[in-house]
Amino acid sequence: MAVSTEAPKRKQAGWQARTEAVHAYIFMSPVILGLLLFTLGPMIISLALSFSDYNLLNDFKLIGIGNYTKLLQEELFWQSLKISAIYSVVSVPLGLVISLFLAILLNKKIRGIYVFRSMYYLPTVISGVGVAMLWKWIFNGKHGIINNLLGMLSIKGPNWLLDEQWALVALIITSVWGVGGTMLIFLAGLQGIPYELMEAAEIDGANRWSQFRHITLPLLSNVTFFNLVLGIIGALQYFTDAFVITGGGPNNATLFIAVYLWRHAFQFLNFGYAAAISWVLFLIVMLLTLLVFRSSPLWVFYESERKVK
Amino acid sequence: MQAFLRSLRTRSGQQRLIDVFSVIVLSMGAVVILIPFFWMISTALKQNGDVFLVPPQWIPENPRWENFSDAYAQLKLDIYAFNTFFIVTTVMIGTLLSASFAAYGFARLQAPGRDTIFMLLLATLMLPGAVTLVPTYLMFNTIGWINTFLPLTVPAFFGSAYFVFLMRQFYITIPRELEESAMIDGASVYRIWWSIMLPLSGPVLATIAVFTFVGTYNDFFNPLIYLSDESKRTIAVALSYLSGSPRSVAKMNLLMAAVTISIIPPIVLFIGAQRYFVRGIVTTGIKG
Repeated sequence: MAVSTEAPKRKQAGWQARTEAVHAYIFMSPVILGLLLFTLGPMIISLALSFSDYNLLNDFKLIGIGNYTKLLQEELFWQSLKISAIYSVVSVPLGLVISLFLAILLNKKIRGIYVFRSMYYLPTVISGVGVAMLWKWIFNGKHGIINNLLGMLSIKGPNWLLDEQWALVALIITSVWGVGGTMLIFLAGLQGIPYELMEAAEIDGANRWSQFRHITLPLLSNVTFFNLVLGIIGALQYFTDAFVITGGGPNNATLFIAVYLWRHAFQFLNFGYAAAISWVLFLIVMLLTLLVFRSSPLWVFYESERKVK
Repeated sequence: MQAFLRSLRTRSGQQRLIDVFSVIVLSMGAVVILIPFFWMISTALKQNGDVFLVPPQWIPENPRWENFSDAYAQLKLDIYAFNTFFIVTTVMIGTLLSASFAAYGFARLQAPGRDTIFMLLLATLMLPGAVTLVPTYLMFNTIGWINTFLPLTVPAFFGSAYFVFLMRQFYITIPRELEESAMIDGASVYRIWWSIMLPLSGPVLATIAVFTFVGTYNDFFNPLIYLSDESKRTIAVALSYLSGSPRSVAKMNLLMAAVTISIIPPIVLFIGAQRYFVRGIVTTGIKG
């Protein structure tokens, strides 16, 4: 995002510029204080904590990289990484594909399309504990609606949430239900594609698939990029549904990294250890985001390039 | 039939077919989205004995409407609703004030380091909340704010990155002439912000308000870690405790009635303020 300095460069006396700066800092003061108190300060303390054995019993004492080496040997930590990785690798691309597909369908000029748009966005507005509990009931092995529907097709559904093989699948299904936000961003992107481009391609005899492949997809790639980055960050911090629906179980089959972190921070009160987990999570998120950013010249197509051609 | 087949060869004929296909697919998807809601209301209306019937009744034979009032009373939803709306309202006031105030500095006034601060603010959007979680908790613990609403409400007064960004983007589209003439009349920058910029920002403020409402109302993590007294819980936290106790499993109908009640406020808000949701997503990419 470019920060434009749109203010006209008027000739100002030095003191005038200084008063303006003072006012500017007063206006920005909530943000500056907020950054210091709730972001930068806590980050530094969190880093320091991660090198300490601070918990309910011990006072703050630096222990070097002890937390990190312990973490790497902990089986449950690797389990949580594995679960978060599987969830991200499946749910993020799946969500992108489904939301793009829906956005294309919703981009049509059909009567009543607004009703559909609202309906598909609705689950995003009520995502929370209530809906998580609803899912818990839906996936109930004996009385849940999913297994009843499967039963009508003579398929015996698994005991979703109590089955190590299926609990994570159930959570991924619930995540797809909430693709409305991503879908709407795609829809906004689609509506930004100039109609003349499509028309020109049509005159050149392009069929619908090649229109999609050579015009829609490239022009949407920056939106896809945006959704991908947000999707990764969101998926790696996935917490509420796992906490409410499965509680990390059965047998840690849905132990997401955020749930693992919660346990250490607020159940065992191992604050130093929890801080170390949060820094590993932070580094992973940074690394992945950087990777996506680095790879973007390969597949993200920007307006400015189009003008050059 | 022949006419139909012939029409398929033309572009507009194909278009019609695709439209029909789209509506069919969208309708099927809508059913998938609505089934959970249907199941929720269906369960919420059942008699105690009918909840665990096999096969289930899709439409309850003897709907029990009292489940809603029972759930409301037995689960003490009035207390939790009060707590929730107190927190939501305070957070909304704090967010609107701080975002609209800070954004004016970023949009209109020059100061060394301004753009660096702005970039730093935007960078925090990518920061996983987990990193600051433990120290923030310990900080609130040290100053004795645990088990009060303060950790949930006070940070809202320090500007949220998304909304400061949204406000700033809006302010820079406002023509400067209005401010300049006010300045000639001797108005201070604060007066200009309050009496010129804010009144012009109605739609953006509404957008911020609806997203803050939904985000705070649905927030589970923060109330979970900061509030411990049963009487201080929010609706979200109170519901989560119900799902854990074995007693509640037997009363799935009451539980689903409570869930139904709990999702009414955001749904009503969504229906009433749809265009603000859409505008917010399109401009900032908040996913709700």
